[in-house]
Amino acid sequence: MNDVRSIVEQQARAGTRWRVVEALPWLLFVGFYFLFETRLALGNSVLVMVLFTLSLDLVLGYAGIATLGHALFFGLGAYTAGIVIVAGWPEPFSGLLLAILVAAAAAVITGMLLLHLHGNTLLMLTLAFLVLAYEAANKWTSVTGGDDGLQGVAASPLLGVFAFDLRGQTRYWYALFLLAVLFLVARAIAASQFGLALKGIRENAGRMRAMGVPVKRHLVVIYSIAGGMAGAAGAISAHSTGFVGLDTLAIALSANGLVMLVLGGWGRLYGAIVGASFYVILQHFASSWNPFHWMFLVGAALIMIVRFGKGGLLGVADRIRNRLGGREGADR
Amino acid sequence: MDRLSSFLSFVLIDGISYGMVLFLISVGLSVTMGLMRFANLAHGAFAAIGGAVAVSLMTSTGLPFLLALVVAFAASALLGLLLEPILYAPLYGGDELDQVLMTIGLIFVAIASLNLIFGSTPLPMRLPSWLAASVDLRIRIVPAYRIFLIAVGALLMLMLWLTLDRTEFGARIRAAVENPQMAQAVGIDTRHLFAVTFMLGCGLAGLGGALGAQMLPIDPVYPLRYLATFLIVVSIAGFGNIKESAWVAIMLGVIETAGRYLLPEIAAFLTYLILIAVLLWRPNGLFSKPQ
Repeated sequence: MNDVRSIVEQQARAGTRWRVVEALPWLLFVGFYFLFETRLALGNSVLVMVLFTLSLDLVLGYAGIATLGHALFFGLGAYTAGIVIVAGWPEPFSGLLLAILVAAAAAVITGMLLLHLHGNTLLMLTLAFLVLAYEAANKWTSVTGGDDGLQGVAASPLLGVFAFDLRGQTRYWYALFLLAVLFLVARAIAASQFGLALKGIRENAGRMRAMGVPVKRHLVVIYSIAGGMAGAAGAISAHSTGFVGLDTLAIALSANGLVMLVLGGWGRLYGAIVGASFYVILQHFASSWNPFHWMFLVGAALIMIVRFGKGGLLGVADRIRNRLGGREGADR
Repeated sequence: MDRLSSFLSFVLIDGISYGMVLFLISVGLSVTMGLMRFANLAHGAFAAIGGAVAVSLMTSTGLPFLLALVVAFAASALLGLLLEPILYAPLYGGDELDQVLMTIGLIFVAIASLNLIFGSTPLPMRLPSWLAASVDLRIRIVPAYRIFLIAVGALLMLMLWLTLDRTEFGARIRAAVENPQMAQAVGIDTRHLFAVTFMLGCGLAGLGGALGAQMLPIDPVYPLRYLATFLIVVSIAGFGNIKESAWVAIMLGVIETAGRYLLPEIAAFLTYLILIAVLLWRPNGLFSKPQ
């Protein structure tokens, strides 16, 4: 028993140690600001999608919860942040906090209802709750603006100083700061014993239950943390773009989250950063194309990744590194 | 009284004919998800492709309606036959996430291809004159198209019943759904069986897509728009409960049609609320044996 504990603690310590490579994405994000000052709106949407995908990674990559409904929390966060402002409370930080709370509360409720289920049933139910919210937002036009979306979401300046202006400096740093903070939270969770227990549940829930791990409670906890993070991403998006549309609650957003996560590689946090950045930037430059061509490319890429590219871009990078390493070893 | 009976007949005829379309499209999905436990989100794509081929052939070459239905069946069945071994078979028994991702990819590719081949606007379905006419049923005048849908649906349902209950092929399917390992152990080639049923299921989806083109208009985003609709039928019935999925489809068709006229405000939520209630109560579907 002591051995198991020491292995767990060793694993947890290894997870908290920082590697030099980990600085790279953050240097790139900071560098982006100085290099592409005219494209800060794009940068902002990259950061928002990275945060959304990161939260999906906690749910799906770490805890192994197969969900089609993760956009529910993004949309709830976005609409909460937007509605508060339109109702006459333009201060962004309190709106952000409220959005996180609403999304996390929705995750606790749906999580308690659903997370003892698996497979196709779980997929269908997560999907059903998302569509219900979509239809509600679509019908409840007096509050949500319905099909036209919620217009005129004008947050007051951050800390009373930094206005959300057109150049997008404020929104870029706002999103980057929040992403960095929430990434640290996600990283700490992933490296904790709780994070290891989640991986255990992903690999074999029955065995974890037999060991006395409260499986469902663990799942509800991570589901609500990730729900809150997705809600934060939605709120940042609402504050940044000044608009909340029905697409924040669409099945397509859930699907895109999955695509970005799988593209980067799930269950390793940095996969979310790589996948979402790559996807959003590529999509931006493909925007001059016919959107259907982009769809074809994404669909074909997805099929290929499932068939041949286990682990996404980072997985492929690992394999190349291993192969190179292996060859060096053979030469010696 | 008159208004009530006319309303009832309207709801029943519209609802049942819509339910028949749902049944035809989702019956194949019930087999995929029941027999191979495959989370197949792309089933609607086969309906859309069958429908698009039929409708566009009717418009461009003047192909007769009934012949177009046959072509729709054949086109989707052929596509199913080709794609099953390449895309589906490698993921049998695998992780459901992989299946979800692959079929999402397939949906995207299908949407893009449909747009490329058939254009981005809904394909107009022009019914032949004998179907565009109306039939006087005493209580009310009904479009012949609706009556035709119910007749064709009932006929196919009967054929499916007889195949499942009275033929050896049907017995093999029932055995394989019930207990795949045991079926294999007694010498049923489940792999081959599944390829055949997958193909037939895709064909029926294509037929349903063409038949229902007036209710569920065919355009490129069809596979995404109706993704949940077909899955709901199958989930409520319980994966693999083929016959029960027919009753569920008809029930949902009637409930949705009635809802749209009686409670237009909440009609959009109705099917989803039913789905949530049923799956929370019986996670494996209404007609599955409790485990």
